Amino acid sequence: MIITSTDSGFQHPASSEITPAQVYRSRRDIVRGMAAGSAGLVLAGWGMRDARAQMLRPGQLPSLAGGKSSVAGATTMEKPTSYKDASTYNNFYEFGTDKEDPAKRAHTLVTDPWSVEIEGLVKKPGRVNLEDLMKWGAMEERIYRLRCVEGWSMVIPWVGYSLADLIRRVEPLPGAKFVEFVTQADPKTMPGLRSGVLDWPYVEGLRMDEAMHPLTLLAFGMYGEVMPKQNGAPLRLVVPWKYGFKSGKSLVKIRFVDKQPVSSWEKAARQEYGFYSNVNPNVDHPRWSQATERRIGEDGLLAKKRKTLMFNGYEAQVGQLYAGMDLKKFF
Amino acid sequence: MRALLRHPLAWWALLWVCLLPLVWLVMQTLQDKLGANPAETLIRATGDWTLRGLCLTLAVTPLRTLLAWPELVRFRRLLGLSTFGYAVLHLLCYAWFDMGFEWADIAQDIAKRTFIWVGFAAFLVLLALAATSFNRAMRWLGGRRWQALHRAVYAVAVLAILHFWWMRAGKQDFAEVLVYAAILAVLLGWRVFNGLGTRKA
Repeated sequence: MIITSTDSGFQHPASSEITPAQVYRSRRDIVRGMAAGSAGLVLAGWGMRDARAQMLRPGQLPSLAGGKSSVAGATTMEKPTSYKDASTYNNFYEFGTDKEDPAKRAHTLVTDPWSVEIEGLVKKPGRVNLEDLMKWGAMEERIYRLRCVEGWSMVIPWVGYSLADLIRRVEPLPGAKFVEFVTQADPKTMPGLRSGVLDWPYVEGLRMDEAMHPLTLLAFGMYGEVMPKQNGAPLRLVVPWKYGFKSGKSLVKIRFVDKQPVSSWEKAARQEYGFYSNVNPNVDHPRWSQATERRIGEDGLLAKKRKTLMFNGYEAQVGQLYAGMDLKKFF
Repeated sequence: MRALLRHPLAWWALLWVCLLPLVWLVMQTLQDKLGANPAETLIRATGDWTLRGLCLTLAVTPLRTLLAWPELVRFRRLLGLSTFGYAVLHLLCYAWFDMGFEWADIAQDIAKRTFIWVGFAAFLVLLALAATSFNRAMRWLGGRRWQALHRAVYAVAVLAILHFWWMRAGKQDFAEVLVYAAILAVLLGWRVFNGLGTRKA
C-alpha cells in the first residue's frame, strides 16, 4: 500500500545534502578517465596529440596557469592562432604603427614595478600593486576570438579573470555608469608617442553593464605564460565581442565615471570609430566592409576570407546588453 | 661612369635590378617568410615598389638635365615598364589574395573604399602609357602627340600619392606617404621650374 500525503512531491533534501554539480561531474570524469585508461592509454595519447601540441607553452616567458572557465562562451573550440603570429602581428601604436613594430620595440617597456590606480566613483579607490591585483580573482584560461576593425582575426588563449571580480571588490557608487581605462604613456619607453597619430594616453571605455559582463576579461597572460610586452603587458583588457582596439593594453588607471568617456579613436575620428564598436558584419566601417575577415595563419595565401559573425560570435552571451538599441546609430 | 652607362650590358643589368624585388618576393612567398598576414604583405610590397619605380622613372629627366648625362634616357622606358609591371602585380595581388577573384565582392569593395578607385584610375593611365611605349606607337602618334600623352605620368604621380594617403588616412599615419609625396613634389616641381625658365629664355 502506498501512503500518500499532501506533502508528497514537495519533500526535498536539504540543499547541503545535494551533491554539487561540480562534484558529481568530476566523479564522472574520474570514472571516464579510468575507463579510458584501461581501454587504451596509447590511443588516448594519440588522439590528444594535436591538442597537446597546441597547449604546449611557447616557452618564451614565465608560466601563468589558468583554470578552466565556467563562463558561457569562454572557451571557443576553434584552433588557436600560433603564438608566433599572435606575438608578432600587433597593433600597439605606442611602439609604432607597423604590425611588426611592437614585437621589435616593446622590450623597452618597464613592467616591474607596476601598479594600477583605481579612481572615481567607487567606495574603495586607491593604488594597487600588480602582485596584489593578480590575487583579486581566480586565473582562468579563456580562448576567445579576436576581431580587429581592420578586417583580420585570431583565436587567442588568454589568462586572467573577469573584470567584474575587480569591480565588485572596489564597490562602485550608484552614480558610476561607465568605466574608463587609461593606458601607459611613457615617452621614454614608448617611441610611438612621438608621433601625433593619436592623443596619448590611449583611453578606452565601457558601459557599466558591459564592464560587468563575465566575458569581459582582465588578462595578465596568454598561451599559459605572462603577457608579452607587445601584447599589452603586464595587464590588459579583452572584450571579445568588440573590435580589438576597445581592449586597452598596459593599463595604469581604471576610472569609474558618470558620463560616457571619449575614447582615443572617437577623438581622432568620431564618424569612423564609435563608442560601442561592437563587431557587426551588417554595419560597415565608413570606408570598408566589415562583412568578412581574414583569420591570421589559416590555410595560407589562397584561403577564402571567413564571414564575420554578429558580436564576433558572442551574440548569445551579450546580445541582450543591446536589446532595443539601433546598432547602426550606436556603432 | 658615363662610359659605363653607354655599355650595352648596362640596360640588361638594370633589367635585373628591376626584377630583384619580384624575385625576392617570390622567394619569401615560397619560404613562407611573409609574416602573419602574407596577403597584406604582398599587396603592400608591390604597391611600395610601384611607387618607388614611379619616383625612379620621374627622376630620369631631371638627372639627365642636371648632370648633363643624355645617355640616361636609354633606361627611362625600362623603368617605366617596370613600374607598370609592379602596378599590375599590385592589382593582381589585391584581386586574388584579398578578394579571391570574387567580382561582386570587388565591385562592392571598390564602391566602399574610394581610394581603390583612385589607384585603379592611376593604373588605367599607366596601362595607356605602357601600351604606347614601343617605338612603332611613338611613330604612329608622332613625337609631339606621344610626348603630350606620356606627360599623363605626372597625373599618375598625383593619383598614386592620393591613393596611398587615403589608404593611410584610417590610421592617420602619414610619415611614409609624406616621404614619397616630397620626392615626387621635388621631381614635378623641378619640371615646372624648368619649364618656366626655358619659356622666359
